[in-house]
Amino acid sequence: MRDYAIMIIQPAAAMVLAPMLLGVINWVKANFAGRRGQPLLQPYYDLWKLLHKSAVYSSTTSWIFKAMPIVCLSAILLVTFIIPLGFGKTILSFNGDLILAAYLLGLIRFFIVIGALDTGSSFEGMGASREVQFSALAEPAFFIAMAAMARQTSSISFSNIFSAITPQMWATNSATLLLVTAAIVIVLLAENSRIPVDDPNTHLELTMIHEVMILDNSGPDFAFLLYSAALKLWIFAAILVGFILPMNVMPWQISIPVSIAAIFVVSILIGIVESCMARLRLVRVPHLLFTAVALAILALIFTFRN
Amino acid sequence: MIILLAGLGFIIFTGIASLFIKDGKTCTRFGAAGVIIGSLAAVTTAIKVLFSGETISFKIPWQVPYGSFYIVIDSISALFLIIVFMACSIAAVYGCGYMAGYKQRRLSAPTFFFNMLVASMAMVVMARNGVLFLVVWEIMSLASYFLVTFDHEHESVRQAGWIYIVATHIGTAFLLAFFVCLGKYNGTMDFDNVNVFGKASSVLFLLALVGFGTKAGIMPMHVWLPEAHPAAPSHISAVMSGVMIKMGVYGIIRTISILPEIQLWWGWLLVILGIVSGLLGILFALAQHDIKRMLAYSSVENIGIILIGLGLGLIGLAGGSYILAVLGFAGALLHIINHSLFKSLLFMGAGAVVHSTETRRMDLLGGLIKRMPLTAGAFVIGAIAICGLPPLNGFIGEFLLYYSSFAAALSKDIQIVAPAVAAIAALAMIGGFAVAAFTKVFGIVFLGEPRTSAAANAHEADKAMIVSMWLLAVLCILIGITAPLVLPVIISVVMQIVPAEYEIAVLPFNQPDKMLWWIVISSIALFILISVLAMIRRNLLKNKTVTAGPTWDCGYAAPTPRIQYTSSSFSQPIVDMFKNAMYLKRNEVKIDELFPKQAQFESHTPDVSNEYIYRPVFKWIDRLTGKMQWLQYGVVQMYVLYIAITLIILLVWKL
Amino acid sequence: MWTDIIMVLLILTNMVVLGTSRLRACIRVVAVQGVALGILPLLHSFEWQLLIFAVLSIILKGIVFPVMLSRTLRQLNVWQEESPYVGYGLSLLMGPFALAFSSWISLRLPLPYTIHSTMLIPVALFTLIVGLFIIVSRKKALTQVLGYLVMENGIYAFGMAIAYHQPMLIELGVLLDVFVGVFVMGIAIFHISRQFDHINTDQLSALRN
Repeated sequence: MRDYAIMIIQPAAAMVLAPMLLGVINWVKANFAGRRGQPLLQPYYDLWKLLHKSAVYSSTTSWIFKAMPIVCLSAILLVTFIIPLGFGKTILSFNGDLILAAYLLGLIRFFIVIGALDTGSSFEGMGASREVQFSALAEPAFFIAMAAMARQTSSISFSNIFSAITPQMWATNSATLLLVTAAIVIVLLAENSRIPVDDPNTHLELTMIHEVMILDNSGPDFAFLLYSAALKLWIFAAILVGFILPMNVMPWQISIPVSIAAIFVVSILIGIVESCMARLRLVRVPHLLFTAVALAILALIFTFRN
Repeated sequence: MIILLAGLGFIIFTGIASLFIKDGKTCTRFGAAGVIIGSLAAVTTAIKVLFSGETISFKIPWQVPYGSFYIVIDSISALFLIIVFMACSIAAVYGCGYMAGYKQRRLSAPTFFFNMLVASMAMVVMARNGVLFLVVWEIMSLASYFLVTFDHEHESVRQAGWIYIVATHIGTAFLLAFFVCLGKYNGTMDFDNVNVFGKASSVLFLLALVGFGTKAGIMPMHVWLPEAHPAAPSHISAVMSGVMIKMGVYGIIRTISILPEIQLWWGWLLVILGIVSGLLGILFALAQHDIKRMLAYSSVENIGIILIGLGLGLIGLAGGSYILAVLGFAGALLHIINHSLFKSLLFMGAGAVVHSTETRRMDLLGGLIKRMPLTAGAFVIGAIAICGLPPLNGFIGEFLLYYSSFAAALSKDIQIVAPAVAAIAALAMIGGFAVAAFTKVFGIVFLGEPRTSAAANAHEADKAMIVSMWLLAVLCILIGITAPLVLPVIISVVMQIVPAEYEIAVLPFNQPDKMLWWIVISSIALFILISVLAMIRRNLLKNKTVTAGPTWDCGYAAPTPRIQYTSSSFSQPIVDMFKNAMYLKRNEVKIDELFPKQAQFESHTPDVSNEYIYRPVFKWIDRLTGKMQWLQYGVVQMYVLYIAITLIILLVWKL
Repeated sequence: MWTDIIMVLLILTNMVVLGTSRLRACIRVVAVQGVALGILPLLHSFEWQLLIFAVLSIILKGIVFPVMLSRTLRQLNVWQEESPYVGYGLSLLMGPFALAFSSWISLRLPLPYTIHSTMLIPVALFTLIVGLFIIVSRKKALTQVLGYLVMENGIYAFGMAIAYHQPMLIELGVLLDVFVGVFVMGIAIFHISRQFDHINTDQLSALRN
């Protein structure tokens, strides 16, 4: 009974609360800039409005362009069934689920990129080219970080890794955990197209990565993409929180609210980073991602000492 | 056994008979029918062996010294036989449509050589006598050489054929040495029981690695591959890339399975070679402008992935890690099957494009999805599969490799953990670049607006070509969905390579098939979600006017198809990042004034090993003596570096 | 746990030094590294001698050196390392391999007695290698001074690991050397720059005859 409750609450929380993360980030940024800013629930209003609008399709596009938002949203929804919140199993947890999650994200990338190329716009081609470059570097960082965590906790699924984090581990092996956290934070920023990798609020198509790839989507298609971007942010934040917080010491009634709160803290931190930093020059972004790879390898080396 | 030999005989017979048929169309159809009927007959035996697990052998003496007509079908051979017969039959169907384009030519010769190629490949995986093996190996090489040089009126094709025949014979020379050594140590040229131990077995392994590796296209020995594959007609490229290079992999697997002693460093060597082939292969693929050349480099990459799997298996075998051994080999074998499907499919798709637009340059194409919808549909399935993305078959193979590496990464022994982690990192990176490479091919060739009139006037491919491509696409989906049922068959083949006690790794306790069931469930869930969301969108848009307009031009008012991103510009950031590793030659006019007149960008990536390894040796030695001067530079940093290197060497040597 | 955090801090500072071209950021990061190393001995046993020594080294490495170097920076008007011999991406990727190598070496070092943190020796060696690498791979004399400081930090950490109970005598000597070294280099760089209008050491080779 308890297990089933956890299994249902986890994806439900993600699906309901994910757009709020974007609202929180905008709220933090507005406060930093001394503006009043949008209401916290603005992303929900946006989604609602977009879902009820009509769509315009470019005459260059084919069925690929129409399939893209649907495939992206389906795949990301599937990932929300894999990543646990707090501890306990999810509906789709099995040994090796982290590989499936990473590759579902790869499927999303594949479709977003070909969807962008389908419009024939050179700006969208530019965004697609950058997306594949940066994510090809973020991918090894993510995998090595997961290998380090797998070694640290001797388990190969998200739910087991999250459950194995204990306060004692922080006392004895904080180096690994800290380095993995640093690597995952960089991966989170890169995969979700946040500053310093990409600026979601820039006004110039030449400098965008993610936003420029979905320039031509409108109506429900755009709503799907917006929602999947929010879910993706939620997923990475949940992974980060799961790798850091020792959930095993709490009963599940507490651990789930605590991790939800922690996810929102992550979004506040992202907002702070975005308010204080500028976007890196695009030629410098690979260095940042190399750093993530290097940190993940360092974390892995630290797992050898015990 | 009789049925199988009869099937092979039928393939050869129709090949010879086709030499006497004048009409091109009838001739290819006759040959293809021979291949299909013969394959259907022969494949039954292979399937029987694969599922029953028994071994069939057949031996008759032969006049040739040391030779005997000794063939054995065990489950390894059976698996490869099924790949050969399946892929070649589908390619034969495709060939009927493709060769119809050559109206003025007599098509007897290619038909004959194609049938010989199929029969010889089948014989390669069955032969158990060194002399017999070398004979059929040579027939395979020569048949494929004549097929590569089919368009021999082009200078570039003759050049490619020349490189191929030289490279393949260098490989054969090593194989000759391998079999001579094997025969000498063993006392007989039949190689089913080998009693070689110690240093000798390492020598044998290295000889086999170079000899078979040349055929397989492992990175430093791959030079012939990007030349020969684009030159051949497309169904031949499909067979060569999908099946023939796997004969090299078969050779390596067979060598592993017959040598009684396994060394740990063999596995390390294979993993390192695999990582190098995989990474450099996909990077070179990304840098190409020619669609078939790009696919050829991608074959190098996939051979790299297969080698990583074999290397992990060997490490597991030598280091006593059961799960790494079994799942590493299983991943490699599954990837061999998968690659033979999706690479054939992609080459056929590329062939359909070339057939219809008469160019292989991606930058001249575009927008073909509107003109060739069926080809594009099959091609995108192949592209998703080759990137190893769920829910298709490519993911299953890569999943097994990842899973075995993750499981091995938990072990205590650093000699196992280090290659496992290296494999994880390399697979992740290869996966990322593969997405880049195949979104590029599909996006530039099939999507957007046509860049030239050749692309604008393209037409859909012939019916035979469409059918064969979709057959392969359906197989890709099918293996993805039925993975848990395929796995036990693969495992039964792996048990031929590893000792029987390794079966514990796949007993219900470790549940590898349960994981695959989970993956299948999520694939089905993915399909359900996609259809539900599609329905939701349809309902949302039902009572509204959906309009069509031009692509948003970002304020630039006069866009033409030529300002679209090209394959060079798409891959430029990645290629630029690795320019030191890839020997990139750029031709660029930098913009340096306020109102620039004309700017252009062009890049070439000559093959590294071509440029660096296969240059005439004497030239290199000549330079070497001259190069010794660099030791004395007078740069302070260099001297400190010498000191540092000396210190480190001393440290390593003393400790 | 705190030792671990300092280890991570050392590693991260090393990575920053490897990956950035901005000299001012490098100076600050090396200062942070020095301070972190200064705190390290206090975490395990608290003695007055140790405290004085720690304070001394923190003042020197955290305040005196950075201030001196920043002044040189301002005087010379050099803010960035340009086109190093080894690119920043490659330098960053070299980091983990250096740590792996030093872990491997440290497993084989014959050490007299056990050390409280198993990672201290690898990290010390790693810092040493990074310092050496910076000296070898960069062009500006100032960056090389920084590399020298990083290397010294490595030696300090190493000394702390193997001679945990009486590091003072050795360390004081080393510190004095470094102080003199940095001082001399600072002056020398200034004069070189005044003489030749740049501080690129690769061009100094013209002086070899």
